[in-house]
Amino acid sequence: MKARGIAALAASAMLAAGLAACGSGGDNKSSPKTLTYWASNQGRSIQQDQQVLGPELKKFEAKTGIKVKLEVIGWPDLLNRILAATSSGQGPDVVNVGNTWSASLQATGAFQAFDDATIAKVGGKAKFIPSTLTSAGAPGKPPAFVPIYGLAYGLFYNKKLFADAGIKPPQTWQDLVTDAKKLTVPAKKQYGVGMLGASYTEGSHFAFMFGAQNGAKLFDGGQPGFDSPQMVAGVKQYVNLLAGDKVVDPTDAEYVNDSDLLKDFAKGRFGMMMIQSYATAGIQENGMKASEFGVVPIPVLNPLPAGGRKVSSHVAGINIGVFKNTKNKDGALKLVDFLTSPDEQKILNGTFGDLPVVPEAYNDPKFQTPEIQTFKDVLANSAETLPMIPQEAQFETLVGNTVKQLIADAASGKTVDDQAIKNQLTAANKKMQSGG
Amino acid sequence: MSETITAPGDAPARVPGKPGGRRRPPRGRKVLPYLLLLPALIAELAIHVIPMLVGAWMSLLHLTQFFIRNWTAAPYGGLTNYRVAMDLNGPVGKDLLHSFFVTVAVTVLVVSGAWLFGLAGSVLLDRPFRGRGALRTLFLVPYALPVFTAVITWRFMFQRDNGMVNTVLSDELHIQHGHPFWLLGGNSFAALVIINIWRLWPFAFLTLTAGLQSIPGDLHEAAAIDGAGFLRRLRSVTLPLLRPVNRVLLLVLFLWTFNDFNTAYILFDLPPTSADVISIHIYNASFITWNFGLGSAMSVLLLAFLLVVTLGYLGTGRLRRRYA
Repeated sequence: MKARGIAALAASAMLAAGLAACGSGGDNKSSPKTLTYWASNQGRSIQQDQQVLGPELKKFEAKTGIKVKLEVIGWPDLLNRILAATSSGQGPDVVNVGNTWSASLQATGAFQAFDDATIAKVGGKAKFIPSTLTSAGAPGKPPAFVPIYGLAYGLFYNKKLFADAGIKPPQTWQDLVTDAKKLTVPAKKQYGVGMLGASYTEGSHFAFMFGAQNGAKLFDGGQPGFDSPQMVAGVKQYVNLLAGDKVVDPTDAEYVNDSDLLKDFAKGRFGMMMIQSYATAGIQENGMKASEFGVVPIPVLNPLPAGGRKVSSHVAGINIGVFKNTKNKDGALKLVDFLTSPDEQKILNGTFGDLPVVPEAYNDPKFQTPEIQTFKDVLANSAETLPMIPQEAQFETLVGNTVKQLIADAASGKTVDDQAIKNQLTAANKKMQSGG
Repeated sequence: MSETITAPGDAPARVPGKPGGRRRPPRGRKVLPYLLLLPALIAELAIHVIPMLVGAWMSLLHLTQFFIRNWTAAPYGGLTNYRVAMDLNGPVGKDLLHSFFVTVAVTVLVVSGAWLFGLAGSVLLDRPFRGRGALRTLFLVPYALPVFTAVITWRFMFQRDNGMVNTVLSDELHIQHGHPFWLLGGNSFAALVIINIWRLWPFAFLTLTAGLQSIPGDLHEAAAIDGAGFLRRLRSVTLPLLRPVNRVLLLVLFLWTFNDFNTAYILFDLPPTSADVISIHIYNASFITWNFGLGSAMSVLLLAFLLVVTLGYLGTGRLRRRYA
């Protein structure tokens, strides 16, 4: 009897101890002296990002005494991880986001707004290049984020392959297709264009860009217009490189990471690729010299169809924001200020091949190359901001995955004509309507 | 969504005690078992029951990005989410039904494949011979490998250009022409089934090997003396005596395959239409349109289906036993 009593006591004591342990487990996660930072994947690999950011965050720790726990998250997972953190309230203190998601994530209310008082703590509005702040949240509201890396699309081309074929960088989209056909020699495993066929983010960007060239509007008063004839034409302009013109290696339909594409480009397996400015660094890491490739703006249709706009990039880039749940708001803002300071901007953008978001950083000679000049021109003259509305992120996933699916269909030999594109886009449109 | 399955029919028969002659147990003995059960009960509530109820409640809400931070504020939508999920003329319902059929097909092929391989392996290794232990260990390797490692390796092998599968089939054996895609289009279904069978059959092998140990050797001897060949003994001795094991084994294999998320997710990220299994489909339906209420409604429908199948399966087994 006595023994049993003791056993019961022991059992309940263990139970209590177990519960207590559960209760205290999650608390010490963000004590004021540490911050958790989720960085997006900017370099050629997650390891490289860690190697680049690690020493910089040590500098921050030396300056402020705040230790930063860094996690670099790949693009396929980043948005879902942020959403999960938002719904559970268990997230990082500071986070990088694709700037096109800004308005969507702003609508969740999970991010610290950069009103005048807050933005002053990270150097004030005037610190940033004005155009970069257009993709930081819905118009008319204080931005939910501030920019950290600037990006733009460009057409990278292999100078040697172009010289061998006797062609010059294309000026119009029609030229691009003709040139690509000249470069395509399947027997030699050489193609005109390379693409990240399985990347939904890339698919959505090109759908937007080429849709705009054909005169499409993604949303009209909040209503999605993904399957308008203009969007169909835009998506076709991109997918047809593989489906009709056959200037893309079908294997590219499996490519989801930059590393595959950059390696192929450096090896000369294709002549051109449309990719964001960060590729400059990755190409050279794959053994191609800076003198062996060039960059021009992605050519647009000439003449533009009725209503078409001269768009060869969206205002691309990465923003940085602070979760409202942070227990150390001041520390988090200090980190944002540090990472967007001119000195850090020079180091980080220089290494990743991105464009600084603060004007002062451009004094550095490494940002006075012809490539950087091209990207600055693109951003100034032919870039459009993706719609800054809450539904934007859904557009990217729905239409991006549709484009990915169409490329997979084309690669495996199915017919991808106007009707097939239209059907898939209509399905995406309906999902958007029933989802909202 | 893993349920703990306890088969009611399989509870050990109670040993009949001497009637009447027993003293009433003292009070402490009556409380202690319940006290010891308490942690399990709390864990069960916290891990299974409460999240399930929360999920069911979420399925009635318009839970979109505007509310995910504080989703108690999400507006009540009644059965709207269910209507969208089950509207077979709409794209959402059509895709869900398609995904359901894909999952059923994958499950049928994987469960029967894994079971057949497991049975063959365990029966062939039932007789002692040199190296049997080593072979048994070897057969368990796929089961012991971490799923991520195993599936990533398969993913490399199935790549179109440099994958081993195409190299062997086209360049070495010339069974197929050119390099087809395995991770896109129709072949992705086959790739998924092959990997799943490979991952699951060792478990069937292990369970059936254990089941075979309990079949007395003299039954086989007697059958052999009566002139029964290998196949006849398999059909009339081995399989009937394995029935209780098979009942549980098939159910577990079914539930694991039907709910499996990891394999397809690691293999494809976002699976192509022909390999669009339901667990990932629901995950994507939630995240792609950021409509978590709709995702929950689909989950509840899936749960209902699995519950009906499981109860039906266990129920028929019980009836058969009662009237046998």
